[in-house]
Amino acid sequence: MMKEHQHYLSGMVKELKPSGIRKFFDLAASIKGVISLGVGEPDFITPWSIREAAILSLEEGYTSYTANPGLLELRQEISGYLNKRFGVQYNPVDQVIVTAGASQAIDLTFRAILNPGDEVLIIEPAFVSYAPLVTLAGGKPIPVSTHPSNGFKLTPEQIENAITTKTKAILLCSPNNPTGTYLNKEELTKIAGVVEKHDLLVISDEIYAELTYDDEYTSFASIEGMYDRTILINGFSKGFAMTGWRLGFLAAPQPFTEQMVKILQYTTMCAPHMLQHGAIEALRNTYHEVESMRRSYRRRRNYIVQSLNSIGLDCHTPGGAFYVFPSIKKTGMSSEQFAEELLLAEKVAVVPGSAFGESGEGYIRCSYATSMEQLQEAMQRIKRFMDSLESKENRVQELSTNN
Amino acid sequence: MRLSGEELEVLSILEENHRIPVQDIALMVNSSVEDVSAIIKKLEDEKIIVSYPALIDWSKVAGEENIVAMIDVKVTPKRGVGFDEVAERIYRFPEVTSLYLMSGAYDLSITIEGKTMSEIARFVSEKLSTIDNVISTTTHFMLKKYKHDGVIFGENNDRDRRMVVSP
Ligand SMILES: Cc1ncc(COP(=O)(O)O)c(C=O)c1O
Repeated sequence: MMKEHQHYLSGMVKELKPSGIRKFFDLAASIKGVISLGVGEPDFITPWSIREAAILSLEEGYTSYTANPGLLELRQEISGYLNKRFGVQYNPVDQVIVTAGASQAIDLTFRAILNPGDEVLIIEPAFVSYAPLVTLAGGKPIPVSTHPSNGFKLTPEQIENAITTKTKAILLCSPNNPTGTYLNKEELTKIAGVVEKHDLLVISDEIYAELTYDDEYTSFASIEGMYDRTILINGFSKGFAMTGWRLGFLAAPQPFTEQMVKILQYTTMCAPHMLQHGAIEALRNTYHEVESMRRSYRRRRNYIVQSLNSIGLDCHTPGGAFYVFPSIKKTGMSSEQFAEELLLAEKVAVVPGSAFGESGEGYIRCSYATSMEQLQEAMQRIKRFMDSLESKENRVQELSTNN
Repeated sequence: MRLSGEELEVLSILEENHRIPVQDIALMVNSSVEDVSAIIKKLEDEKIIVSYPALIDWSKVAGEENIVAMIDVKVTPKRGVGFDEVAERIYRFPEVTSLYLMSGAYDLSITIEGKTMSEIARFVSEKLSTIDNVISTTTHFMLKKYKHDGVIFGENNDRDRRMVVSP
């Protein structure tokens, strides 16, 4: 007779909280006819030439393993891309690793750098995977809350306040998921000052680098003095509309990549071979398509920010990614309650801000990676929802003044 | 004519979908309704925006299916006026939906639409071939429309295959 299953499970895994997104997904998926602003991925299908390159790769029989860090040809393209786009130089042979999504790149990074108890600063509101991945690698995630008053931008003081003798690294994500906040060169340079002073590493998640709308992108590795301290994470998911491909990459000084390749070798061997051919095509020939997707997101950003503000949901204008993060504080509801009621009343799915950490409470994440028609309809429904709240409140007020 | 960035932006929004209200276009390009209306008016006046037709797949509408033929035409250009005068005589016919001057094996490419095969045959034999400068015609019937003006017909790519909520 087997002991209770719980008994066999890892205590660490049991303690991980299920993602707040997962919970909301289950609810939203159970309702028909939902307009979703809840998705963290492009609404575009991967450009055809990329798909075709993968099909061709299969036809030609590329079904074997590749080198652990990926096809050299792809690493060369990545190296050239990083150099051309962001002015950073990495040797394709031993400084670039192709991974199964940026997700795996982040996981590899933490496993490669963390000793038990090492602290990693996670800038919140943050992408849902960061903290659990630090925990799984034996480290300790330390949340650093940013504030809406300055558009959720991280300041050097906020880092200073969170630093302890155990702090090893800081994870930056610009443009950010869920706030869309973009940090420009000047802001990154200030952060670099603290990083230098406290001898920290920076994991720079640049997955949304292709999706900035007002400024040219600055890669953290290109900031003076930071190259040797940076592990650059990027991938194809967002900019090239390739989420389901599970292809990403990282670039870092060779002492890091040397250790990461060992982990990769023992865990997954390599990213899928035929899909890597698609990625080569993506970097070589699809820049105009990336550009046209970017322009389309930009229009929709402008539309949704102004629409939400005019509905009365205060919303800063984010510089990148495809999310806006409006405040719902004035409704007096928690973000979870707001999201749930909106879903039930008007069938619009948004993600409660609390899913991204404590400082996300009072906000909701709306993704505008969805068609203009859907966005227009969603805005009408959200307006109706807000109006209904207001009239409810008026009635309550009338009742209480009458008494 | 050179257009400003904003004008180009408005054009490409309209090209995608001209039914988006001016108010929404103004939000999309971060501009005022007055400015966007003025831009649209200017683009219409300049005949940069030529028309706002709906692209309709008539083959799906019972009783409304059209027969479409493309006709290659060789002509002897008239002294002094070249091809333009012949072209004008042809494009005045209402059944002609498009007409291009081509390089290569023939001179004019005509698309015509009719209800029946005999209607098209009559157009070719009675109207087109009898024009003075027309030397020869080759008629190709269109069997199926897969893509027209950049739009793929009957494609189901609008379907959102994503989950409702994702990270
Ligand atoms: C900030 C951030 N980093 C990483 C990822 C994961 O990307 P990938 O699909 O390449 O694993 C996401 C996906 O939502 C993200 O938002």
